[in-house]
Amino acid sequence: MRCLRMLVRILVLLYLAGAPALAQTLCQPNASNGYRVRISIKTALGNQAYEWNENEMFLFRATMAFAMRRYYKTETYNVDNIIVCNQTRRVSFWFVVISPENPTMLIPKADVEKAVSMSRHRINNAFLLTDRTLEFLGIYPTLAEPVNPDTPPWLIVFGVVIGAVFAGIIALLVSSLLQKRRKEKGMMEDGQDEEDRQMKGVENGINLDGIYNRGFTDDDRFTKL
Amino acid sequence: MPEEGMEDNKEGEERPKWNNKAEYLLTCIGFAVGLGNVWRFPYLCQIYGGGAFLIPYLIALVFQGLPLLYLELAIGQRLRMGSIGVWNSISPYLGGVGVASMLVSFCVSLFYNTIVAWVLWYLFNSFQEPLPWSQCPLNHNNTGYVEECVESTPVNYFWYRQTLNITPNMETSGSLQWWLVVSLATAWSIVYICFVRGIKTIGKAVYFTATFPYLVLTIFLVRALTLPGSSEGLIYLFTPDWEILKNPQVWLDAATQIFFSLSVAFGGLISFSSYNSQKNNCEKDAVLVGVINSATSIYASIPIFAILGFKAHTNYVTCLNGNILALTNEFDISDMNITVENYEQWFDSLNGTHPSRVSDLKLKTCDLQTFLDQSASGTGLAFIVFTEAVISMPGSQVWAVLFFIMLFSLGLSSMFGNLEGILTPLHDLKLVPKWMPNELFTAIICLLLFLMALIFCLGSGNYWLEIFNSYVGSVPFLIIAFFEIIAVAYIYGIGRFSDDLEFMTGHRPNIFWKVCWLVISPLMLFVVLVAYVAVQAQTPPTYAAWNPDYVNFPNTEVLPYPDWVFAICVLLSSVPVISIPLVAIYRLICCMSGRHSKDSLHNNPNPYANEDYVVELLL
Repeated sequence: MRCLRMLVRILVLLYLAGAPALAQTLCQPNASNGYRVRISIKTALGNQAYEWNENEMFLFRATMAFAMRRYYKTETYNVDNIIVCNQTRRVSFWFVVISPENPTMLIPKADVEKAVSMSRHRINNAFLLTDRTLEFLGIYPTLAEPVNPDTPPWLIVFGVVIGAVFAGIIALLVSSLLQKRRKEKGMMEDGQDEEDRQMKGVENGINLDGIYNRGFTDDDRFTKL
Repeated sequence: MPEEGMEDNKEGEERPKWNNKAEYLLTCIGFAVGLGNVWRFPYLCQIYGGGAFLIPYLIALVFQGLPLLYLELAIGQRLRMGSIGVWNSISPYLGGVGVASMLVSFCVSLFYNTIVAWVLWYLFNSFQEPLPWSQCPLNHNNTGYVEECVESTPVNYFWYRQTLNITPNMETSGSLQWWLVVSLATAWSIVYICFVRGIKTIGKAVYFTATFPYLVLTIFLVRALTLPGSSEGLIYLFTPDWEILKNPQVWLDAATQIFFSLSVAFGGLISFSSYNSQKNNCEKDAVLVGVINSATSIYASIPIFAILGFKAHTNYVTCLNGNILALTNEFDISDMNITVENYEQWFDSLNGTHPSRVSDLKLKTCDLQTFLDQSASGTGLAFIVFTEAVISMPGSQVWAVLFFIMLFSLGLSSMFGNLEGILTPLHDLKLVPKWMPNELFTAIICLLLFLMALIFCLGSGNYWLEIFNSYVGSVPFLIIAFFEIIAVAYIYGIGRFSDDLEFMTGHRPNIFWKVCWLVISPLMLFVVLVAYVAVQAQTPPTYAAWNPDYVNFPNTEVLPYPDWVFAICVLLSSVPVISIPLVAIYRLICCMSGRHSKDSLHNNPNPYANEDYVVELLL
């Protein structure tokens, strides 16, 4: 009995010891179901760059587990399901995802890609990085949809300018038209007075036109005694 | 013969007058200072050895530019008519000079305002975030960027595709680009509103259009000097290369630049000065306008080249960063260990240890000098090079808006002179029916020019504009100016001209002016004309086409002009100036037939002759 219990314990110990080693062999550079990650913290953050250490790696594995949970809509994924290997100073490393039900089975590449694409924005923000500085080699970031306003902005500016110009043209034309009319009316009124005066002159029989001739004085009346 | 006291038009209307001297001077300066001062002079300065180019430039200004300028302002002021009337008065046989001026102004107005329309289009598009020429648009299924844009640059793509929608060659005309038609309509409307009341409204508009460019250039100067790389650009521009003065091409280009820059032979300056009172010192005006024009060119080249230096620096840093990233990724070096400063050392050490891997990376050679050499002039400078520089400046929209408003006011103030060179001669020829108010006549002319300029809104419009620019905007002017100076100096007579100048300015012209008018300027003009035609004849008539299917795209494809296009080029150069001999021959024939006619009374109608009254000799 004791021998059997010892054997079981040894087997369990061996299994527990071997599992990580087994898992480790699943993660290799250029693994068929793994992805390479490249991180450029100094490029992204400059002076406020943080150092990449084991805690940051833990956060990465937790974020990836979150992404897998979100994609499969299940709560079975854990930090242990994300295996990381081949870390370099560049900061780049390989990772694979193992299935929570079967530790020897890797999640296929396509599913990992879809999970990453779905939560890319969240993953980037967890590290204060962007698509360019947190690269998943082989997963291309979806191009940002350009903002397409209903009316192109240039048309608005054009509308304002052309409206102002036409308003100005009409204002200037109308004002010069009014000026001309006023001038004509002024000349016409002078002509009207002339006619009236002539009529009156004819009516009275005396021609009131002309300039008074001061050479001809009417002081004969006074000098006559 | 010009009459002494000719003050008014024969209609009894008084000739319009400038409100004050400042408006007149600003209008002349605005006409002379145009787009060429900003985008042609700095380029010439750069390719012809920087500071050394100033020597032939200033010599050409003093001996060719200023005498011509003084001559035009003086005859306009004295004879108080537009270009046709003036030349008819000086000598009926040379009336063709005025007609040629008017025709050339007409052709130039067509394409010049199209350039203003392009500036407006860019201005309207500058009010966006991000600027439309800073990134490539996505293709149809949103999988990537448009291929043409990726192969060239976003700036090139915006200019050639989204603005011009250019066709691959001249034979393909393409269709009317509606957004260009809209911009062209705006440009012509703005020109019209400034012309509505003739020089009254122009005089008000030039307070803005003539002064605003200086403000913007100063702002750019201050900003550019704080940008990295600006000092390299300035050193590159101004380093004199004295050897270049031995090349005759430099002298030719300096003379043509000064000539086209001053906008003589358009007839616009004659029209502007004809609205002056006769007792105005036009000598001082001419010297002032000429000096300010050249000073503006030199002043404008400083911020332009500071910014081009900044652009070269930015391109250089981008190129280096691309290489750094490639090296960092290949050798897994810690991020940001390789910087722009220590790139050389890293490259040498890595190349020493792993030459094969380094050569496989196919790194680009980044040389600052190469980037500085990528100069451009004309529309290429404004719409490609400068817009690219503006993207890298913080607050791009502000700089883009300022730059394009500056270009717009430069172009608009030059358009005033161009259009004036058409309208005033037509008024003086009394081709305007009496019932038509001036506003309507100006509107008709603007509408006509707009409709004719629609050709430049086609897909192949840019190619046609280059043709107009090279063939109309060059040789005809030289010919017209040559005849102008011969007419005044030899046919009108330098003695009579000096009397007129004494009447106007109060003193006779000194020996310098007389020598220039009689000998130096005509000689220089003749030599420049012959040399220019000779150089043009030697260059094969080709144009640079933007063809996305070209093997070496994004380089432009050099194509020869089709025969029918070349025939049009020759026509464009010759038809305006053909009027000079035509009118001379016509007047000769009239004169000859007049002498041989028996009934002299009908040819020389004496208004006082009363044919009803016959003297009967009573014998």
